Amino acid sequence: MKLIRRLTDGVPSRALWALGVLLVALLVAPALLGKYGLSVLILILYFAFVGQAWNIMMGFAGQLSLGHALYAGLGGYVAAGLFFHYGLGPWAGVFVAVAAAAAAGAIVGYLGFRFSLAGVYFALLTIAFSEFTRLAFDHWEWAGGSGGLFLKVDSTVDVWNLRGGPLLFYYLILALAVGAFILCRALLESRLGRYWLAIREDAEAAQAVGVPVLRCKMIAVVISAGLTALAGVWNAFYYNNLFPETAFAMGRSIEITLAPIIGGLGTLFGPMVGAVVLTGLGEVFTDASEYFHVPGMKQIFYGLALLVIVIYRPAGIWPWLAGRLGIGERRP
Amino acid sequence: MTSDFLLSLAQAVSKGLLTGMVYGLMALGLSVIFGVMRVVNFAHGEIMVVGMYLAWMGFEYLQVSPMLSLPVIAALFFAAGYALQRTLISPFIGRPEHQQFLLLLAVAILLVNGCLAIAGPDSRSIQMESQFDSYDLGPLVFDAVRLHAALAAVAIAGLLWLFFTRTRTGKSIRAAADNNMGALVVGLDVRRLYAFTFGVGAACVGAAGALMITIIPVTPFLAAEYTLLAFVIVIVGGLGSMTGALMGGLLIGVSEAVAGLLLQPSLKSMVSFGILILVLLLRPQGLFGKSGA
Amino acid sequence: MTDRNQFTRRLLGKAALAGATLIGAPLPLRQGFAQTGPANLKVGLLLPTSGIQAQIGQACRRGADVANDVFGDMKMPVRLEVVNYDTESKPDVARTQAEKAIDAGCHILVGAFDSGQTIAIAQVAEQRGIPMVVNIAAAPQITEQGYKFVVRNFPTAPMLITGALALHKEIFKVSGKTPKTAVLMSVNDTFGTSMINGIKALFPKLDMPYEIVDTISYDPAAKDLAVEVAKAKATKADMLMPVSRLNDAKLLVQEMVKQRWEPMGVMNPGAPGLYEQDFLKTMGKYGDFMISNVPWLDPKSAMTQALDKRHAAKFPKDQLDINGGFTFEGLLVAAQAWLTAKSTKPGDLMEALRKTRIDQHVIIGGPIQFDAKGQNVTIKAAAVENLKRKPTVVMPLESAAAPLVFPMPGWNDKRRA
Repeated sequence: MKLIRRLTDGVPSRALWALGVLLVALLVAPALLGKYGLSVLILILYFAFVGQAWNIMMGFAGQLSLGHALYAGLGGYVAAGLFFHYGLGPWAGVFVAVAAAAAAGAIVGYLGFRFSLAGVYFALLTIAFSEFTRLAFDHWEWAGGSGGLFLKVDSTVDVWNLRGGPLLFYYLILALAVGAFILCRALLESRLGRYWLAIREDAEAAQAVGVPVLRCKMIAVVISAGLTALAGVWNAFYYNNLFPETAFAMGRSIEITLAPIIGGLGTLFGPMVGAVVLTGLGEVFTDASEYFHVPGMKQIFYGLALLVIVIYRPAGIWPWLAGRLGIGERRP
Repeated sequence: MTSDFLLSLAQAVSKGLLTGMVYGLMALGLSVIFGVMRVVNFAHGEIMVVGMYLAWMGFEYLQVSPMLSLPVIAALFFAAGYALQRTLISPFIGRPEHQQFLLLLAVAILLVNGCLAIAGPDSRSIQMESQFDSYDLGPLVFDAVRLHAALAAVAIAGLLWLFFTRTRTGKSIRAAADNNMGALVVGLDVRRLYAFTFGVGAACVGAAGALMITIIPVTPFLAAEYTLLAFVIVIVGGLGSMTGALMGGLLIGVSEAVAGLLLQPSLKSMVSFGILILVLLLRPQGLFGKSGA
Repeated sequence: MTDRNQFTRRLLGKAALAGATLIGAPLPLRQGFAQTGPANLKVGLLLPTSGIQAQIGQACRRGADVANDVFGDMKMPVRLEVVNYDTESKPDVARTQAEKAIDAGCHILVGAFDSGQTIAIAQVAEQRGIPMVVNIAAAPQITEQGYKFVVRNFPTAPMLITGALALHKEIFKVSGKTPKTAVLMSVNDTFGTSMINGIKALFPKLDMPYEIVDTISYDPAAKDLAVEVAKAKATKADMLMPVSRLNDAKLLVQEMVKQRWEPMGVMNPGAPGLYEQDFLKTMGKYGDFMISNVPWLDPKSAMTQALDKRHAAKFPKDQLDINGGFTFEGLLVAAQAWLTAKSTKPGDLMEALRKTRIDQHVIIGGPIQFDAKGQNVTIKAAAVENLKRKPTVVMPLESAAAPLVFPMPGWNDKRRA
């Protein structure tokens, strides 16, 4: 198909084969890994997916958002709330959830761009909105207030209502991650992608040449927010409980940004690589810190790892790795 | 009834002013660092928490009041900040925000968990003899400890002002902040100045920490919200403006207190964030900042 | 001679072969040769020992660390193999660590203090069919979801409140003084909200002699509660009912002293804070005479005394509290189930857990047993009053270690040493 040709144009065939092998491996992984390994892989895919979503806003449109938990939280709460109060299944509720998050993203984006906020200022705007929403949800009874929203759990497997074991959620998040990957590739290859590149290189020049800067940036934000909402919905139905103080927490927002930054901003594979490295390192450090009997040891190792990576590989791990493997992406 | 309310209001405002002074001192450190070097110090609150722990340890093990250990802590933090800037942070100046953010996030994680490992998770506080004292000014009651802290904060801010306006280094720093290229042209050793600046900023934060421990207890996890608070104050007050940082601190302190009185107390923070959003949109240079920054 | 050598060598060879087979044999075979009784019970203990709940997680862990010693003191023929896992105060970590624990061969899970993390672990337990004993978590939903593999040895918020309010009436009866009005102050987080909702729901049904004139909620991260306390004082209520955690408890009382507000009593209806070691140390004489209605360790129980002794010996700087106590009881429940089931198979253990009936334990209340939903409904609230800087049980009278002091003496009263 023409679409497939367009997507794979310019990619060395070695890379395509590697991708294919990776996909097959991921498909059969549940059969090979133990339950623990599966739960870790689920986390990796989750962070890869949500990192990919965040990457659209930062890597493609150049806006540092430190309040992405807003969209995840909104998505989760809307879908879960609709399910809890009205029995509306998540496959339908997700549309409302994504719309809500996209609207929030549009507001944040519009305010940011209209008032020319960049860098730290924009980041603080995103934080302010996220915190504001957290406090609002703390007092909103429909969403359970600060007492939290709990979804009923039973052992039936019901794909329509997303009730089921880790296997169901694994394949779901895998589908989401793969979908996001393909979507990003398609976006990057499209005209919009080239506009984004131009805006990132030199926004004023782009504006002068007739690139609709504001519109392109807004589209990036809205897509990013919408995808993040999907992650939020998945999260809500996987963990079956939501609290404003964790769903909209700044810690969550920061978590979302780590994988893409470590992996390689603006690259397609960065979020995935970052997720593997960070989650993998996290588990390794957890094991290692058991020997120390000092609480917080794992986080200290983690902090050191982040430090080392940002000092020695500031552009991210994937660009360096890809260079070594000779399957570099066309550098955006 | 109304006079009762007015009294509560006055009380809230006065309390807010006192607390706000210490906030202002903390934010001052960030204003100096961000204003001069444009480094996004996400470890700001964490540095303050370390200062709080040091002051606490001085009190607990050496029976030294934080007021006395303050200069020592400030000096220590100056040296540490200078070193940190020269080694770790200097390469990151001018780099994209997300890299600075990640660097300082890593530093923050290390500091917080270092504190957790060394001092444990229990909250630590200082009980001074003056803890329950207060001064009466007419119908208003001023908490003794807060008053002392606020006065100390003002004194330190004053010293800083003198530094930036009267000393050569201070003036050089302001020059470098205003115009980096010009400063280089004139022959200023910008790298050394930056390190000095970070040292001064860190010293400010350390001092603020020593004062803060007299007012609130410290746990390792206090840091994140103070980092956020510092940024809110600096942006509301205006980047690069010392007056702005202090005024911003006062404003946030008072608005928190008053909002607690008028609205439901748990919505207090919403007001601070609301103010931040308004300032970002309507006057991004802050209330006292120079426009076109 | 040659024969003997050959014989010896052949024997050696056979022995070596047999040894190699034994070592190389698959595990069950080896187990079959080695033991005849049930293997030792391996318990996966999941607690937030780092992250923002570290303080409580570590207090819980201390209670668990001395469990085997206490079992020995009480002559129970059991020695648990406890494997510690840190949930880092996050539900996603809680979930993966639970999976890890089960993969590592844990037969029972115990944890996890925080409701969100507990539910994450409960779902894993349910999916893998491994029993879970909840040591602490107050959200009612945990035993309302229909989990078949979860039991909870901790009261729900409604239970806490009903017990607390009933105790109030007892306290008024014994002391002879009854307040007419009360003001409720609460931290606005998950726990605080469920307490407030519970109190509002149950209050009308319990026929209390006082009325609640106002409810003031505040941010858990509040650095200053002057305004809130001023509001509360302005209600002129007789009694203060604070639902607080540690830091806000300190702030509250500090403000009360500074604003010179001396209500008839400060009665905590079931929250932490007022009885905690750090509160008592910091507040000094002003922390005395506050009453908390919480489940508590029974000073008259021999097992509690043993636990106290072992805890003080191993952790001289830390006070044993209900976090440690309930975690110890969680392990006690697991140990007892193993003794009853005489096997480590999950089905047998779960069966034994449901039939649990432990008469001698450490928390005040009837014997530990679980209803159809897995909830222990015999836990009683006690009235614990801060006396001489130590939380002391004053009610129920059978467990009292000192007489009740109510109403609360003023801040400058001589009784405050």
